[in-house]
Amino acid sequence: MTLYSQVRSLIKKELVLEWRSKYAINGILLYIASTVFICYQSFKKVEPVTWNALFWIIMLFAAINAVAKSFMNESKGRQLYYYTLVSPQAIIISKIVYNFLLMIALSVIALFFYNVVFGNTIGDVPLYLVSVLIGSLSFATSFTMISAIASKAGNNATLMAVLSFPVVIPVLMAIIKLSKNAMDGLDRSVSVDEIVLLLGINVIISATSLLLFPYLWRE
Amino acid sequence: MTKNWWKLLAVVFIIYTIIAGLLFKVPHLAILHESIRNLYFHVPMWFTMIMLFLSSVIYSVKYLKSGNEQDDLRAVEGVNVGVIFGILGLLTGSLWAKFTWGTWWTTDPKLNSALIAILIYLAYLVLRGSLDEEQKRARIGAVYNIFAFPVMIVLVFVLPRMTDSLHPGNGGNPGFGSYDLDRNMRMVFYPACIGWILIGFWIKQLRFRIRKMENYFLSK
Repeated sequence: MTLYSQVRSLIKKELVLEWRSKYAINGILLYIASTVFICYQSFKKVEPVTWNALFWIIMLFAAINAVAKSFMNESKGRQLYYYTLVSPQAIIISKIVYNFLLMIALSVIALFFYNVVFGNTIGDVPLYLVSVLIGSLSFATSFTMISAIASKAGNNATLMAVLSFPVVIPVLMAIIKLSKNAMDGLDRSVSVDEIVLLLGINVIISATSLLLFPYLWRE
Repeated sequence: MTKNWWKLLAVVFIIYTIIAGLLFKVPHLAILHESIRNLYFHVPMWFTMIMLFLSSVIYSVKYLKSGNEQDDLRAVEGVNVGVIFGILGLLTGSLWAKFTWGTWWTTDPKLNSALIAILIYLAYLVLRGSLDEEQKRARIGAVYNIFAFPVMIVLVFVLPRMTDSLHPGNGGNPGFGSYDLDRNMRMVFYPACIGWILIGFWIKQLRFRIRKMENYFLSK
């Protein structure tokens, strides 16, 4: 099998597994809904700055919950089975792509909920959607590799938080800046720097994941 | 002596920078005044930290290629000593900030980046601590070390340059750039950087040898 067909069948497997149990997606949806509602109950009305920051904080924790389990659900026996069938690159690519799709779905739903509850004060909606898209990609790339590392270190939830926060903070700072520009409706040329930086970080993180995952996986 | 000349050089340079750094003439700049002397003690700490982390990443790559336990020991000692230098950099910066800005800590992008960079490496040490099996610990530690390095580089060198910062050298504050670092200061600053980097690698080498001996006697 070529790498492409391996990746495609692995992504299909992830989607089918997700569809059969619906456990993860429903849990995360409920999590997002209740967090947004709690925020609404405690804030009532928010300033645009808080609106933006609160949205990304909710997304950050949803992403950790959603992506952290991507390697934890895999039993040792099943991993050994993959090892005999496909290349490690195919596994990490498929996990990143699947987590990216999952994050897009979650962010769109979260954004919808959020808009319904808190009202919409976004100045430049297309640019905000771009920032949400890039944010989903960044969460997917950085958390997937960290979740693989944490799963090798005994599936420890504390470890996942300790390892991922320092890595994701620089990404999150750039995303919040980009989406703040979109909220204020600034001219798009102002945001080009952030978009290039974020795409650059994502390329670097994906490349290092691809290079390092084979070493992590081998046991 | 032929192999150890750099240790002598390090000691001579450090003694020279302590004396010259506190006594030589410095230019009088607004805001900074005499506190500009902190340049000789604060900035070399960060250079040393970056060099030690770089060497640690190189040995982590070597470990993944060779599986040699000594490469892993060198990598982890690079991080251990680098974190110490990072903390010294924070302390010297904080002391300087108390006299210049009037506060120990502000929410400045450069300061936050430096703190998060140290958090990344503390997380690396926590990760190693959570694993018992030696080869697994070495391999997973090496993977995280290499994975975190480019993120740290972006964090320390790219992000702070994209926003305004109070830190000298950013946003129009008098800094240590080419236009206001005069010749007298360079005469002290460059030896200080070289001296502290050599000291850092010397400490790293000593710690590595102690670890190697411990492992040797434990396995006997």
